[in-house]
Amino acid sequence: MASTTFHKRAITAGIAALVLGLSACAGGDGDSTGDSTGDSGGGGGDLISVGFAQVGAESGWRTANTTSIKDALTQENGFDLKFSDAQQKQENQIQAIRSYIAQGVDYIAFSPVVESGWDAVLEEAKTANIPVILTDRAVDTEDESLYVTFIGSDFVEEGRRIGAYVSETLGTEPIKVVELQGTTGSAPAIDRKTGFEDATKDNPNVEIIASQTGNFTRAEGKTVMEGFLQAYPDIDVVYAHNDDMGLGAIEAIEAAGKVPGQDIKVVTIDGVKDGMQALADGKITYIVECNPLLGPDLADIIKTLDEGGTVEKRIVTKDEEFDQEAAIAALPDRQY
Amino acid sequence: MNALQTVVRHRLFWPLVALLVLVVASALKSPTFLEITVRDGHLFGGPIDILRRSSVLLLVALGMTLVIATRGIDLSVGAVMAIAGAVALTQIAAAPDPGSLTTVVSAIGAALVIALLIGLFNGFLVAVVGIQPIIATLVLMTAGRGIAMLITGGNITTVTSQPFKTLASGYWLSLPVAALIAGAFFVATALVTRRTALGVLIESVGINPSASRLAGVRARTIIWTVYVVCALFACVAGFIRSADTMAADANNIGLFIELDAILAVVIGGTSLAGGKFSLTGTLVGTLVITTLTLSITILGIPANAVSLFKALVVIAVCLLQSPVVQHRMRARRRRTAPVPVEVPA
Repeated sequence: MASTTFHKRAITAGIAALVLGLSACAGGDGDSTGDSTGDSGGGGGDLISVGFAQVGAESGWRTANTTSIKDALTQENGFDLKFSDAQQKQENQIQAIRSYIAQGVDYIAFSPVVESGWDAVLEEAKTANIPVILTDRAVDTEDESLYVTFIGSDFVEEGRRIGAYVSETLGTEPIKVVELQGTTGSAPAIDRKTGFEDATKDNPNVEIIASQTGNFTRAEGKTVMEGFLQAYPDIDVVYAHNDDMGLGAIEAIEAAGKVPGQDIKVVTIDGVKDGMQALADGKITYIVECNPLLGPDLADIIKTLDEGGTVEKRIVTKDEEFDQEAAIAALPDRQY
Repeated sequence: MNALQTVVRHRLFWPLVALLVLVVASALKSPTFLEITVRDGHLFGGPIDILRRSSVLLLVALGMTLVIATRGIDLSVGAVMAIAGAVALTQIAAAPDPGSLTTVVSAIGAALVIALLIGLFNGFLVAVVGIQPIIATLVLMTAGRGIAMLITGGNITTVTSQPFKTLASGYWLSLPVAALIAGAFFVATALVTRRTALGVLIESVGINPSASRLAGVRARTIIWTVYVVCALFACVAGFIRSADTMAADANNIGLFIELDAILAVVIGGTSLAGGKFSLTGTLVGTLVITTLTLSITILGIPANAVSLFKALVVIAVCLLQSPVVQHRMRARRRRTAPVPVEVPA
C-alpha cells in the first residue's frame, strides 16, 4: 500500500517536472515568435532583426568575438539581436538557424563550426529570402549564392605568416616542429595547417614531426603536448592554431621541467589578452593576430544591405603580427 | 593448467592485457616512454604521467562505482566538475590576494558546499521522489553547465594562484600531488566500504532494494549518501582539472567525463545492473582509458581517426570480457585441442 502511493507520487512528480519543462520551452518559443512577428508585422519596423548563431565559448578569442557582436548589434544601433551558442556542435547551429528562419528574422549571421554540410539549411534560408552573412569562418559549398558575404580573417594567410616567421627567423638551423591543430574539419584548422606547410615547405631545416588536434581548448592543448613531450624528446618549436592551446602547451612544457621560450619556442595565432601577456613574459615567441572584433563591421554590412546596397563577397579583416616588444607596447590598450 | 585458466577467466584479465598492450606499443614507438627520470627532485616519465592524468577520471569513477552499485547512475558529474571549477576560480579571482592559502582554502570550501548541495539534490530526486537515476541526474547534466556559465559570466576565468596550481602540477615526496590526492581517496573509499559493513549494505541495496529495506537496511539513506559522495568526488576532480590549466572553462571542463567514468566502471567488471562492485576493477578501467588517451598522441594516430581508434580498443576489451564470447572461445579451444578432464568452473 505504502509503496503504491509512493509510486503514484513518484509518477505525479515526474509528470509535474515534464509539464514544467514543456511549458518552459513553450514559453520561450512563444516569446520569441511574438517578437519577430511584431517586427515583420511592422513592415520592416524600426529594428532590423538579426539571428546570430555563435560557435560556442571555447576560447578567449570567441568570447571577445561574442562581446564585440553583442555590443555592436544593440537596440540603440537599430538592431534586434537573437543570439545562440552552439557549444561547438554543428547540429545545434543548424537547429538555431532553422529556428531563425522559422521566426522570420531579417538577416542571419553565423560562424560555421565546421566547413561542410551547410547546403541544406542555407538553401532553406535562401528560399525564405533571408540573406546569410558568414563571419570568421567560411563554408565549403559549390553554390556561392547561398550567402551574401563572408567577413573574417584569411586563415591561410595567417598560417603562412607564422610559417614565414618560423622559417626565416627560427629555421636558420634544423628545427623540429610539432603542431597543435584546431577542431578537426574546421576552416581555421585546415587553412592554418595548409598555410604553415606552404610557407615552410621550401626550407629543409623545418621539419614538422607531429600534428594532433587540441580542439582549440587549453585543456586539450595541454594533454596533447604532454603526449608529444613523451614521444619526442627533441621538440624545438610548438605551432598552436590558437593562443589557448599554446597556453596549455606552455603548462605542459613547464611541468616537464623545460623553459618555454628557451628550450621550446611556442608560436600561436589569435592574440587574445592571455596570449599577449604570455608573449610579453617571453613564454610565447611570436603571435599572428586574428582580429575578433567583427561586430562593428557586421553592423555596417547589415546596414548597407538593408539600405539596398551591395557588399563584396569576401571582406578580409586586418590582422597584425606581434613579437615580445610589440606585445608589451600593445598590452595596456588590449580590449580582449 | 588450472591456475592459468583461473587467471585467464578472471574478469580483470583482459583489461590488464589491454593496458599492457597499450604500454608496450607506446614503449616501442617511444623507447623513453617507460623511463623514469628525476628532475629537480621530481619524478618524470610515462608511467608518472599516466598516474597523474588518471587522477581526475579515477576520482569521478570511484563515486560512479558506488552509485552504479546501488543500481543508479550519475550523469551530472561532468557538470559538477565545471561548477566546482567555476566557483573556486571566480572566488580566487575576486579575492584581493589570489596567491594566499586562506583564499584557496575558502574557495575550495565554498565549492565543496555547493557540490554537497548538488549531491543532496540528486539523492533527493532518486531516493525520496523516486525518479529514475538516469533522468534525475540528467537534469543537472544539462542545467549544471548553464549554472557554471552563469557563475563565470560566459568567460573563461583565468587566475594565477600558486597554492591552487599545486593541486594539478605540484609534487610532494617527488610524486605528483594530483595522483596522491586520487590515491588517498581510493584508499579511503576502499577502507570505508570494505573494512566496515557499508560496502555490503550498498551491494544489498543494489541487488534488491525492497528486500534489503525489509531486512532493516536504510536503503534511502544509503542511496542518498552515494550521490553526495559522488558529487563531492567529482568536485575534487573539478579542482584538479581546472588547476591543470588554471582556467574555469565552463563549456569544456569535464565534458563527456561521465561516459569515460561509466566505461571505466564497466571495464572494471562492475555491472550496470547494480550489486557487487570492484574498486580495484575501476582503478584498472581508469588506467586503461587514460593510457589509451596518452598512447594516441605517442603512436601518432591522425586527428581524424582518434575516435575510431578509441572505439575499436574499447569494443575489443568489452567483447573479450563478455561471457558469451568467452564461452564460445573456450568451446572452440576445446574442439581444436580437447582437454581430457574438463572441470566446470
